[in-house]
Amino acid sequence: MKRLILILAIIASPLYAVQPDEVLDDPVLEQRARDLSTGLRCLVCRNESIDESNAGLARDLRLLLRERLVAGDSDEEAISFIVDRYGEYVLLKPTITGSNLLLWLAGPIMLLIAAAVGWSFLRKRADAHATADTDGLSDAEKKRLEQILKD
Amino acid sequence: MITELGHYALILAFLVAIVQSVIPLVGASKRWTGWMTFGETAAVAQLVLMTFSFSALVWAFATSDFSLRIVVENSHSAKPMLYKISGTWGNHEGSMLLWVYIVAIFGGMAAIFGAGLPPTLKARVLAVQAAIGVAFYAFILFTSNPFDRLVVAPFDGRDLNPLLQDPGLAFHPPFLYLGYVGLSMAFSFAVAALIEGRVDAAWGRWVRPWTLAAWVFLTIGIALGSWWAYYELGWGGFWFWDPVENASFMPWLLAAALLHSAIVVEKREALKSWTILLAIIAFGFSLIGTFIVRSGLLTSVHAFANDPERGVFILFILVIFIGGALTLFAARAQAMEAKGVFGMVSRESALVLNNILLAVSCFVVFFGTMWPMVAEMAFDRKLSVGAPFFNAAFTPFMIVLGIVLPVGAMMPWKRGKIGKAAYSLRYAFVLAVALAILVWVMQTGRSALGPIGLFLGAWVTFGAAVDLWSRTGRNGSLSRLFRLPGADWGKAVAHTGLGVTMFAIAGLTAWEVEDIRVAQPGQPFEVGQFTLTLDDVRRVQGPNYFSTTADVRVEKNGRPMGMLHPEKRDYPVARMPTTEAAIDYRFLGDLYVVIGDQQADGGWVMRTYIKPLANWIWGGCILMALGGFLSLSDRRFRVAAGARKAPTGGVPAE
Repeated sequence: MKRLILILAIIASPLYAVQPDEVLDDPVLEQRARDLSTGLRCLVCRNESIDESNAGLARDLRLLLRERLVAGDSDEEAISFIVDRYGEYVLLKPTITGSNLLLWLAGPIMLLIAAAVGWSFLRKRADAHATADTDGLSDAEKKRLEQILKD
Repeated sequence: MITELGHYALILAFLVAIVQSVIPLVGASKRWTGWMTFGETAAVAQLVLMTFSFSALVWAFATSDFSLRIVVENSHSAKPMLYKISGTWGNHEGSMLLWVYIVAIFGGMAAIFGAGLPPTLKARVLAVQAAIGVAFYAFILFTSNPFDRLVVAPFDGRDLNPLLQDPGLAFHPPFLYLGYVGLSMAFSFAVAALIEGRVDAAWGRWVRPWTLAAWVFLTIGIALGSWWAYYELGWGGFWFWDPVENASFMPWLLAAALLHSAIVVEKREALKSWTILLAIIAFGFSLIGTFIVRSGLLTSVHAFANDPERGVFILFILVIFIGGALTLFAARAQAMEAKGVFGMVSRESALVLNNILLAVSCFVVFFGTMWPMVAEMAFDRKLSVGAPFFNAAFTPFMIVLGIVLPVGAMMPWKRGKIGKAAYSLRYAFVLAVALAILVWVMQTGRSALGPIGLFLGAWVTFGAAVDLWSRTGRNGSLSRLFRLPGADWGKAVAHTGLGVTMFAIAGLTAWEVEDIRVAQPGQPFEVGQFTLTLDDVRRVQGPNYFSTTADVRVEKNGRPMGMLHPEKRDYPVARMPTTEAAIDYRFLGDLYVVIGDQQADGGWVMRTYIKPLANWIWGGCILMALGGFLSLSDRRFRVAAGARKAPTGGVPAE
């Protein structure tokens, strides 16, 4: 991972993420703004939230978000205000709608499949155990075999 | 001259690799000893040639030979020596040369230390390893030659990206490549076994040290990268779920799964075909990682030598090797019949659960990483999948893993009882719960994340301790504890490391304190228990940069704690500013100070963070790597001991 060759484009001007002049006076409102902005993507950056980003556009978005919150928007209203203007690309956490269901359910479905396969494999091994005692080698022989294979 | 010789050695190594990928394979199927042993000679020859070739490139960077294109593009005569040398792999061409050098190193190691391997298996392993080498030699020579000369050499270079001029990052890529390429060894063993048509306990024993080594190197490499991000990027983030980070994390997860399933092959001769499949896929993810970093297919902060043509070449390599191996697997997998017999509740089934959790969590990361591309192509939706998704979708797997780990680790082979294992862990459980409740009460009114993390971390850590102690037998004693084999210690230490890292990540996320303000010189302000005063801001000149350095005085409860010097640097040649956070590394949590721009009123923007348990994240990684090394040392002892029986006296029989 040769990191951040391209971050140079981002730090074109040495600004940092949230600036003191952006911070709202109301700490509750400010905390809401911070929480929401970690979930919004800086559109000109590569995989950074507007909370972390130094880009000018991220700053504009942070200010816009705070404006909406000060105007009395709920969290959902503020987010949908921004999504309406910038598209769902701005959301770092994709919505659970339409084709995105596939994304969210991929993990659980795969887990179920893996668990089913694992379970049937274990069942087979456990059943083999019941028969192995009668038609296979004796325990002592098996141990001897294991030892030979090991050495 | 040395450069030309290096180039020549590279071409020669390419030719040797071509022959090495054919002759031993033919020899193994015809049982011709001479043809089989040729593999060893060729592997050692490749190692020697590549050592020379890579040294030649390092030499060119160290002496600032500006007639080489990549030296001009990535170096500067005023750069400190360490970064001149690390500049060798700080670019696409050089890092590919390092990559293929490591392929040669692993091949050479297998030839030199593989004395106990059956000759046909050894020949086939070396042939497959050489085939991987051939693909990458061709990639380097035909698309990204590091030994390209310039007709007119400029007087000085364009400097290395200043963000890469850092001790943590100087060693981050080599470790990561050792990990990625180490998995090629597991792949070669898997393919060789498929050609051979036979997998037994000995195979499991041979494959495990390589996987373990690859996993240890990946752990160190990822930890270095994450530590670097923490101190260099200026806000103390340590993991971003960036596609390229995911690209290194997926092989790590699969390597962890593989080294656990190989234990089952070795001890119990079961899970054979699964282990083979896992070895193929794990290396596949290493290749996918390389592909992602170099193709520019996915947008990432790490984008590196974005070139579609090179991307297509790597995709081609990926398809041929993984596609070929999987076809071979489909044809031969039935031949690998499981031998071991075990109950539904046993160490074997616990390791199956471990593999399910690790493999599915890897799948989740893979799906999330690829989803933006899939959604755009298939559903015409342009969307992002970022950290909030991964935190929500990936974390549950790790929580479940943490909960079941101590019980599974204590399960006996063949047949066990959950109740019995749980009973011996009762004190560990009570202690972990008590700690979590204590912290829950102390932190009043914050999220449950911290206490849950503490419970998991403590449960895994104490569980590992109980497990280790139980190995000393009924009347355990300290002397027996220290005479336990390295594998037992390795297991306990590595599991402890996982617990520590889990706790640290939860704690840092839950209890971080942040302060952003305009600091006026001379006016103290408080952050948590600390009082900070901006004494002075100076201009300083470094070897290849200018710096704005602040002097910040820190006091804790009125007692002076020393000075911190956060910096802003400007690299004139690379025309790029960087931040150098000042960090007071403390055992329980770091104090992290960053200086920003000067304001109109003469004050400076300052960001101060208290990062609880930050060191513990990497401390846990170090423990995991150490555990791997301990386990590795044990294996070496046993392999070297040859026919002598392992000191554990075999596995407990019930």
